[in-house]
Amino acid sequence: MTREAEFKEYVQGGGQVETGDWMPDEYRARLVKFIEMHGNSELMGVLPEREWILRAPTLQRKLALTAKVQDEVGHAQLIYRVVEDLGKPREQCLDDLVSGKSKFHNVFHYPTKTWGDVGVIAWLVDAAAIISQKALLKCSYAPYARIMKKICWEESFHILHGRDVVLTLVNGTDEQRGLVQDAIDRWWGPLMQFHGNPIAADSDPMVEWRIKSQANEDARQQFLDGYVPQIWELGLSVPDPALRKDDETEVWQYTEPDWDELKHVVTGHGPKSQERLDLRRRFRDQEAWVRQAVLADAA
Amino acid sequence: MIYEVFRQERKGQAFQHAGSITAPDDAFAEAYAREQYGRRQESVALWLVPRAALRHVSDFPDELQKSYHRVDGYSLKAKLKEARERAGTAAPRDR
Repeated sequence: MTREAEFKEYVQGGGQVETGDWMPDEYRARLVKFIEMHGNSELMGVLPEREWILRAPTLQRKLALTAKVQDEVGHAQLIYRVVEDLGKPREQCLDDLVSGKSKFHNVFHYPTKTWGDVGVIAWLVDAAAIISQKALLKCSYAPYARIMKKICWEESFHILHGRDVVLTLVNGTDEQRGLVQDAIDRWWGPLMQFHGNPIAADSDPMVEWRIKSQANEDARQQFLDGYVPQIWELGLSVPDPALRKDDETEVWQYTEPDWDELKHVVTGHGPKSQERLDLRRRFRDQEAWVRQAVLADAA
Repeated sequence: MIYEVFRQERKGQAFQHAGSITAPDDAFAEAYAREQYGRRQESVALWLVPRAALRHVSDFPDELQKSYHRVDGYSLKAKLKEARERAGTAAPRDR
């Protein structure tokens, strides 16, 4: 058996890999790409919410939202640290992000039109994310699996925060309730695309290397199972007439998500992709002197 | 510089590795570690160690098969059975 085949057998059997261990080039490359995109998503994911910090309806909400933004940026730092140990420096990750060479998650390319979006993002987008992240607790690359524990712990606050925002709005005026419904209507498409196309687990190389341990469709089913009933119980609707859980198979049926939209959006053509990348670029240039001063001082 | 961070969740517990951070010096490392691992009161103490100061050891050869160091090095069942038989204290079904 080749060394690579032995390695594959080891990770498929539940074996875990540390930074200094030998690993096949393909495994390392896939880890870097996947984990880097996760880091990018944490970093870019704060921008839609950042837009609402100054417009938050109360001081408490402003503080909670600021804390959430801090959490997500902290996650980006932890995740880039893992990428760095795999051989790609953080500066290069940031360069590739702002130049559009690397990607970030589809949901962070859309506008946050109202305060309703803020609630729906923190509740449902974070819920979708935590499903993927919980599955990553079993990732074959141990340093990544370990930081996921802290990340999942913090995401659980975000879901609570989001639910609290949503519940407050649905208990409010018709207009406030309308904000939540409108936001769900706008976010449903991107949410259904979030876990990716339904590639079978046994033909997904990410599952083969046990970087991921969950098939895309399993994650989506878990999301639907957990959250559609929670949406319905508030008297809200989901904008998909085909959505229902099959009584016999217990599998959720739904209208095929728009995979072309997903591809279009993550390659930098979403409604807010360029504006948000521009902001990142601007701040990266604007704050370059701080990095220089700090690093020169330390040297 | 890379620092490894260890955190103690409650007094009396062992410090556990929490993760690593990149910081230009000790002062920044402390500030970052406080934010990453202490801002929700999830730790009572942190250790910050420059990664370069860690000495990594991961090979533990056992050429001499020193089984006497381990509990699996002691197989008492057969001997105990014989001793009981000699003493006439074995349970009836073992006689």
